Formats: sequence, C-alpha cells, structure tokens
Amino acid sequence: MTRARSIWQHGVKTGIIGGVAVLIIALVGMVQSFNKRDIIFEVVAMGHTLLVITAVLMGYVAAKRTPRDDGLIQYVNTIVCSLITSGFLALLVVVGRSVNLRAVLVNASPVLYKALTLGFDGAAGILIILLFGVICGSVAALLYYLPPVVRRVTIISLSAMIGAGVLQELIRPVLLSWGPMAVIADYFYTSNGLTIAGAVTIVVFIAAGMTVWTLRGESIKSHYSHLSGGSQRGIKIGSFVALAFVLIVLPHVLGLFLSEVLTIVGLYVLLGLGLNIVVGYAGMLDLGYVAFFAIGSYVTAVLTSPELGFYSLTFWQALPFAVVLGILSGVLLGIPVLKMRGDYLAIATLGFGEIIRILVISDFLRPWLGGAQGIKAIPKASVFGFALAQPQYIYYLILAGCILVVFISLRLKDSRMGRAWMAMREDEDVAQAMGINLVSTKLLAFATGAGFSALSGAIFASKLGSVYPHSFSVFISINIICLIIVGGMGSIPGVIVGAAALVGLPELLREFADFRLLVYGAALVAMMLLRPEGLWPEVRHKIELHEDENGSGQPEDLSAAEPASQPQGG
Amino acid sequence: MAMLEIEHLNTYYGHIHALRDVSITVEKGEIVTMIGANGAGKSTMLKTTSGLLRPRTGTIQLEGEELTRLAPHTIVTKGVVQVPEGRRIFGQLTVMENLDMGAFTCRDGGRIQKNLDRVFDLFPRLKERSKQVAGTLSGGEQQMLAMGRALMAEPRLLLLDEPSMGLAPVLVDSIFDTISRLNNAGTTILLVEQNARMALQVASRGYVLQTGQIVLSDSAENLASNEMVRRAYLGE
Repeated sequence: MTRARSIWQHGVKTGIIGGVAVLIIALVGMVQSFNKRDIIFEVVAMGHTLLVITAVLMGYVAAKRTPRDDGLIQYVNTIVCSLITSGFLALLVVVGRSVNLRAVLVNASPVLYKALTLGFDGAAGILIILLFGVICGSVAALLYYLPPVVRRVTIISLSAMIGAGVLQELIRPVLLSWGPMAVIADYFYTSNGLTIAGAVTIVVFIAAGMTVWTLRGESIKSHYSHLSGGSQRGIKIGSFVALAFVLIVLPHVLGLFLSEVLTIVGLYVLLGLGLNIVVGYAGMLDLGYVAFFAIGSYVTAVLTSPELGFYSLTFWQALPFAVVLGILSGVLLGIPVLKMRGDYLAIATLGFGEIIRILVISDFLRPWLGGAQGIKAIPKASVFGFALAQPQYIYYLILAGCILVVFISLRLKDSRMGRAWMAMREDEDVAQAMGINLVSTKLLAFATGAGFSALSGAIFASKLGSVYPHSFSVFISINIICLIIVGGMGSIPGVIVGAAALVGLPELLREFADFRLLVYGAALVAMMLLRPEGLWPEVRHKIELHEDENGSGQPEDLSAAEPASQPQGG
Repeated sequence: MAMLEIEHLNTYYGHIHALRDVSITVEKGEIVTMIGANGAGKSTMLKTTSGLLRPRTGTIQLEGEELTRLAPHTIVTKGVVQVPEGRRIFGQLTVMENLDMGAFTCRDGGRIQKNLDRVFDLFPRLKERSKQVAGTLSGGEQQMLAMGRALMAEPRLLLLDEPSMGLAPVLVDSIFDTISRLNNAGTTILLVEQNARMALQVASRGYVLQTGQIVLSDSAENLASNEMVRRAYLGE
C-alpha cells in the first residue's frame, strides 16, 4: 500500500493543485469572458487555451516531480495528474447540471458548462472533458520526453503564437494604421483572433529561427569573438545605432496608446532604478519611496502652474529645483533612520511616505499645495518652443531621463561608493570595520534614489498636467519594490524588464481588466516560488538563492554551518 | 609609549554594565591575549576599541593619539583593524573581491598590490581560490580570508576576536601558527580567545576577564601556571 502511494502521490498531488486552479479559473468567470476572444479564429478560443495550458503545465510538473527510475510510471503519473485536473471540471459540470450553484457561484452558469463540454450534452460532455484531460496529459508527457532543445523551441514558438493572439487588439491596429502593412495584418489576423495561416506562419517562423540559432549560434558567436578588435567595435557601434534608431522611431510606429504605455513604463523604470540603488545596491528596504516622487511632482507643479500663481517657471527651470529638493528630502529622511535596519527601516520609511501624502492632502497646506483638489494647469515641457504634449513626444523626455539614470546607475555600481554599498548590504558591522563610513554611504544612497524619483515625479507632473494627492499612495512604493524583485534585485536590466512585466503588461491587458489583479497576484506568487532571483538577476543573487541546489559549501569542519549574525558578548 | 593604552573603560549595553573599569596596555610588537568565559566582556572590549561600541567613560589611545569616540571607519584609517568574531566574510563575493573590500581605505593601487602579495604569501590557499565565491570556502579558509581581508587595511594593531571558534583542532593549530608569523613580521596583535591554552602559547602577556572586570594580568607563562587559570580556563 505504501509502495502504491509513493508511486502515485506526485500525480495525485499535482492533479489536485491543477484541479483547484482550473476550478478557480472557471468559477471566477475567466473561461466565459476569455472565450469571447479567439486565439485562432473559430478554432481555438482563449478560455479553452487557458485551461489547456494549466492542465499541460500541471502534467509536466507531475512528470518532473516523479522520480526518474521508470519512464512508464512518469507517463502514468502525468495522465493521472491531468485526469484529476480535468476530473474537477467534470465534477463541476455533473454537480452544476443537477444543482443550481448560481446562487453562490455567479459564474457557474449553463454557458460555462456548455463551454467546458464543447456543447455536448449528457455523458458525452463529461467524457469530452476527461478526454481532453488525457490529451493534455499526453502532450505534457511528450513535452517531457522531448530533448530539451526541441522542447524549448516548441514551447517558445507556441507561446509566441498565443501571445500574438492575445495581443491582437494592440498589434492589429498598429499594422492597419501603417498603409502597406495592412496586407500583413489581413494575412495574420481576422477581426477576432489569428487566421489559421497566420498562426502556422508564426509557429513555423519562430521555430525555424530558433532552430537555426541553436544549430549555428555557437559558431556565429565564436566567429564574432575571432573578429579583430576594430570590426568587433564596428558591430557594437552598428547595433548601438540600430538600437538608438528603434528607440527613436518606436513611438511613431506604435501609435498613441502604446506610446502612452511606454511612457508609463519609462516613469516606472526611472523610479525603479532609483529605488534599486537604495534597496538593490545598499540593501535598505524603503517603503516610503513614493514620497520623493510626490515631492518632485509637487515642486514642479507649484513652481510652474499659473493656477497657484506663485511662480510661472518653465518645466526646465523648475526641474533642478525638483531634483535638488528631492535629494535634500532624501537626506532628511535618511538622518533619522540611520541606525535602523530591515523591518524597522521599512516601517519608518513607510511612515515618511504617509506623512508626505497627508501633508499634501491637508487643508492646512491647501493655499500652497491645493489640498485634495490638487494642482492643475501645469504647463508641458517644451524644447525650442515645441511643446511636448503628445505621449509620443513625452516619450523622448522620459527616454532621455532613463538613459541618464541608467548611465549614472552603471557608473555608481562600479565605483568606490558602489563597493561600499555592496559591503554595507552584506554586513553593516564588517563594512564599518573595513573603514566604510556608514553615515555618508547610507545618506548618499537615499539621496541618489530620491533624486531619481524626484526627476520621475517632475516629468510625471508635466506629462499629466495636473497632480493630485491620491496619485501618491503607498501602492506606488510597493509596486516599485515588486518590479525590482521580479526583475532581479540590484540588476539594471532587471528593473527595465520588471517594469515592462509588472507595469507594461497590465496596461496592455486592460481588455481583461476584471482579472488583471488576480492574474498579477498569482503571477507574483508563482514567480517567487519558481524563480526567486528575478527575471534578469544579478549573478550574485542567483548564487545566493540557489546555493543549496548546487550543493556548494563543503564544510571541512562544523563551523561552515555557523550563522552569520553573532550573539553579543564574549 | 605603549602601542595601545586603554584606561578605566566602562561600556554599557543599555543598563547592563558590560565593561567595568578596564585598563590594559599593548606594547608595540607584542601579542597580548584576553581570556575569559562566554559573556565575560571580551568581544565588548574589542568592539569598544574598534569604535563599534561607545564607552561611557574611559580613554583609548593609540601611540598617544586619542581614539575614544572616533567613528569606526576613522579608527580603521588610524591602523586599528578588527577581525570580527565568527569571521563574517562577504559570502557572496569572491575571495578576491573580499580582499579588495578590505583595502577600501587604501587608494594607492601599488600599495594594494603589495598588501595583496603579502596576504597571498601568508595564505597561499587564498591565492588558489581567489576566484571562488567566499561562502563556499571551508571554515578554516574563511578564517584565513577574514584575517587576510583585515591585513589589506595595513593594520598597525590587529584585533582578533575568537579566531579559533568552531574550527577543527588541526586548523586551530595552523591559525595560531599564522598569528605567530604575522606577529614576527611586525604586526602588534590583541587576541581575544576562549581557547586559553593556545592563546597563552602564542601571547607574551595576558589578561583574564571575568564579568567585565580584569581579575588577573601577568605574563603568559605565569598565567599558564596560575592555579586559578589552570582550573577555570585550562580545565586541569
């Protein structure tokens, strides 16, 4: 009996998890509302795709978890897992058909059952669900047994196809707006989902590209490294120019909505890079970071808006004040929390963020800061008399800011100060014992981060043309922390990827607004479980988080297991 | 003039009187050891010397220069460098990066290279492993790294806090051997140890600390033969 249990337990366990997952997906209404959209026109609907992906994923996990001694057991486990997963849905249909669940579960409607059973009545429908389970399990097992390279190519090309289908509302208008590209748009897309030809083309194209790269990539790389220094530099400059060109024309190709998304992502990149210095480099958890964003915005607003009538500076004249005041307030926050670490620091900074927000909203400061009504009529930034009003043009302002901040971040990282931050992050006491001045090192981290944040705030104010207290809630700080963690702590490309994933994607998926936050939350949890080091991690953090897996740390004596923090005394 | 002269030092943790009127001297070129039980105040003593803790009263002087109440990073630049208890190397940095971090106060590339050669000379093992991530070193190697890192700051006075803690006996021998060699090469050392036997073998003088007070001070030989020390710290 115990033997039997140990054989099946992985399939059963994973199957139950998968079953709960698909049940939730079905009962929150994702299947119905996603099924209104097709991935491939009239062939594959989005809701079904989501269920299939979940079932295949769980089957794959079951296969992976099963010990490797017998291929057949793995296969059976995979099938067991998928059968259980689909069994949950079958059970839902059986129960739902005889009992009215709608009083409690609003989405448990006949429409859902029809979608799940693909329109078949009676036992046939149930069998269809279970059959799909078996098919998903087989696909998962197949994926598992494929050589890793083939598996990667398959998964990525299929994901690209699904991605192209999901984002059709964004991609298609861009293609259509672009005269000659309309033909391409018609080839790939219908008004709802990809064409069959389009879907096949995408899969084949991506798979072919990846295969070529897998086969030839190494030789291309080695060819590159054998080139002379001059031609290597040539290629570098060439790719740099190409990147610059892409970045410059991007907003005009993408159109209004996507440019707007880009500007939002850009502002978060600025914020993220600033907080990355405080959290990622110096290791201080700052939850009040939005305060500096607010200070940058409000300084710009007060100095430029004719509505308040104190000053009517231009954006460019106000910008230095905003940044300098941001830096000063960074130092000001830094001084009282110099002695704090970890959780205590997080709480104290959280308080600072709230203080700023409450000050801004207060009636006391209303004559100066506008209170709850905020400040309006903030003029746009202008360059040589040309107002940057459209998102497409504000994009350039933000791009310039990002480039500047990336440059400063890179330089700081390799500087003496960067080393001091790293030492401080690892061990404050030892850093001090190495001769590092903790006071100036901490304050400089706060000041730099605050400066970046204030810069972002100033641009934000001029982009929106108005500032309101409620734009500066603690959720902004938390969002920025999340994007840093998801991207990879201390990593500059990580911040950019994190901002694109956590700020950009939700904007792009506005269509599915009802489920955005649900998916966002689930994705964060999954991310922390599966890839805690982030999407584009720093090498060091990766080492730290995967220490036990690599089996490093071969203690020659007992002391290797000793904790880093020491009790006082002696 | 003594290298290190500490007079009437009183340090508190909140209300707890951790050091009571402690006075010690360390002469140039000496190894002086402080022995005592857990919680006697040995580490407190070193932390107060290196500035990590502030004394309430008393003075600390390095060759006549006042160190009391200076910030820890300033004390490092004066030439007093501490190897903390439990080694506390930067586990995620490589051996080389750890040593580099030790040279933080030194901005002269030539001198850093010279110090590095000296450290590698003392600990050839570190040279072999210079690219390895420090957290994967063995306990003995980590202790070498902690000492090497401190040496990169060119100490005139090295404060060693329990260097033998948690090491296998064979490694303890080699660590104490290194301490003697360091001393022969001219570094003055203040050594805090629970392993009184080994400490008294390498040191020239010693102090016995009990509940924050110095109860005995004598040459190492006399201490090793002292009845009370033998019973309490040498387990005889």
